[in-house]
Amino acid sequence: MISKAFKRSLWVFHVNSGSCNGCDIEVIAALTPRYDAERFGIKLVASPRHADVIAFTGPVTNDMADKVIRIIQQTPDPKVIVIVGSCGISGGVFHESYHLAGPIDRLYPNAKYFYVPGCPPRPEAIIHAFTKAWEWLEEVEKK
Amino acid sequence: MKHDYEISVGPIHPALKEPIMLRVTLEGEEIVDVDVIASQNHRGIEWIGMNRNNVIQSLYLAERICGICNFCHPSNLVMAIEEIADIEPPERAQYIRVIQGELERIHSHLLWAGVAAHELGFDTLLHYVWMVREKVMDVLEEVNGNRVTKAIIMYGGVRRDITERHVPKIRKMISYYREAFGKLAELFLEDDTIKKRTRNIGVLKKKDAIKLAAAGPTARASGVKKDVRQDFPYFAYPDFDIHAITPDELIGYTIGDVYDRIVVRLLEVKQSLEIIEEALNEMPSGEIIYEKKLVKLMAKIKNSEGEAVARYEAPRGEDIHYVMLKKGYEPLYSWKVRAPTYINILSWRPMLLGYQIADIPIIAASIDPCLSCTNRFAVVKNGEEKIMSGEYFHKLSVEKTRRIK
Repeated sequence: MISKAFKRSLWVFHVNSGSCNGCDIEVIAALTPRYDAERFGIKLVASPRHADVIAFTGPVTNDMADKVIRIIQQTPDPKVIVIVGSCGISGGVFHESYHLAGPIDRLYPNAKYFYVPGCPPRPEAIIHAFTKAWEWLEEVEKK
Repeated sequence: MKHDYEISVGPIHPALKEPIMLRVTLEGEEIVDVDVIASQNHRGIEWIGMNRNNVIQSLYLAERICGICNFCHPSNLVMAIEEIADIEPPERAQYIRVIQGELERIHSHLLWAGVAAHELGFDTLLHYVWMVREKVMDVLEEVNGNRVTKAIIMYGGVRRDITERHVPKIRKMISYYREAFGKLAELFLEDDTIKKRTRNIGVLKKKDAIKLAAAGPTARASGVKKDVRQDFPYFAYPDFDIHAITPDELIGYTIGDVYDRIVVRLLEVKQSLEIIEEALNEMPSGEIIYEKKLVKLMAKIKNSEGEAVARYEAPRGEDIHYVMLKKGYEPLYSWKVRAPTYINILSWRPMLLGYQIADIPIIAASIDPCLSCTNRFAVVKNGEEKIMSGEYFHKLSVEKTRRIK
């Protein structure tokens, strides 16, 4: 299973769509030596056009809504999105705010979503979500 | 013939930063004008605190203003409300708050050191520093139950005690960092490449720092001796001998460049270790909270009226909260937050003017912005727009490091 799953490296584009930085530092912590996601080939890239998966942290603020949609459109198909943190899933502590454009899955429903609840989630949970996304991508590839 | 370029930096950045937009005007490679466009990260927190939440819920909301300094914002709110409602927290709680605050400072400064190394293209150092940082994250998890957000502070005290079980682990962490400090100082301060990329780069003169009301390490690195812990001590800080750290303590003189900001933050990590050690030795025993029953506490706060301002020395500088309560009104009647990055952002302008594009990442990162800096940007040249990626931008910075070598 592992040899199959880790056949290729998974490239991730990370977007902060109005997060408090809590999830962002955990995403970076997942890449640095203690958790070391890079040993699996999971790597942050600087352009959405290079990415297999997009990781969003934070609720989507009104200012970021159009940028978020543009970024999703720029990534190649199939569009796989990992939402890191509770506030990206439901708004979290920020729900009902006047400046939120709503959860990403409502802004852009035509994508495969993986959710990592937690405020912030632990680095292990973040890596787990990426491996889930990976398995899903491989199943799609088989079809 | 020279052209004026206008570069829009941001708002989306691939690494770990918050969305913000910088509009930089260039003449050739030289930066001649800088404008900052914020608001991409506006979540309406003050509005939620004044409309939706009750006072205790707002405490956890304040924690989410910033995930990195998630102890300083609730601390400010707590200090302001304790002043209005006349709540006196027990002595032991004040000491625990000091320890929590200093643990947060260590984690934040180390995080910054890693980011700064990354901006210089020195990724090995980023990974090393973040590996060292995991030690303090372990202690935070041991004491609070969570790595990042702590949920430890409460009106009139703290929610969880630091017990006998935790003390040896904290002491072990202190000795670990004392050992690591020598190596970190050598890597950051003696390395030729880092010296060349940071010495005399992004200079903020003392005069400008005072004029722009810069706060925290940014101000101290320019030689302004200000620190809320020294000037207006809160919690148990009056019991400690704290002085504002300026770079001349280590190297004998102050320039106010990026290098000096590294020096100040490294020395502050050392200072925090000393404070934690002293606090552990002198921590009195006793209660940790003024009122255990939340309903009773709520009723007391709800029946108070007045306004207060609280100041706190966050890792990035002075954080101020203004709070107003009205009798019988459950949410905060008025709440104004002024985070340290608000004012420190202004000092980007004098720091950036006259330097090169390749210096933008490290200069922007040098104030430890809670939001920053450089990714996808469009170059407008004679009305034509060309999009360049942040990768290119990062590459420029790395190339400059190589050239200098």
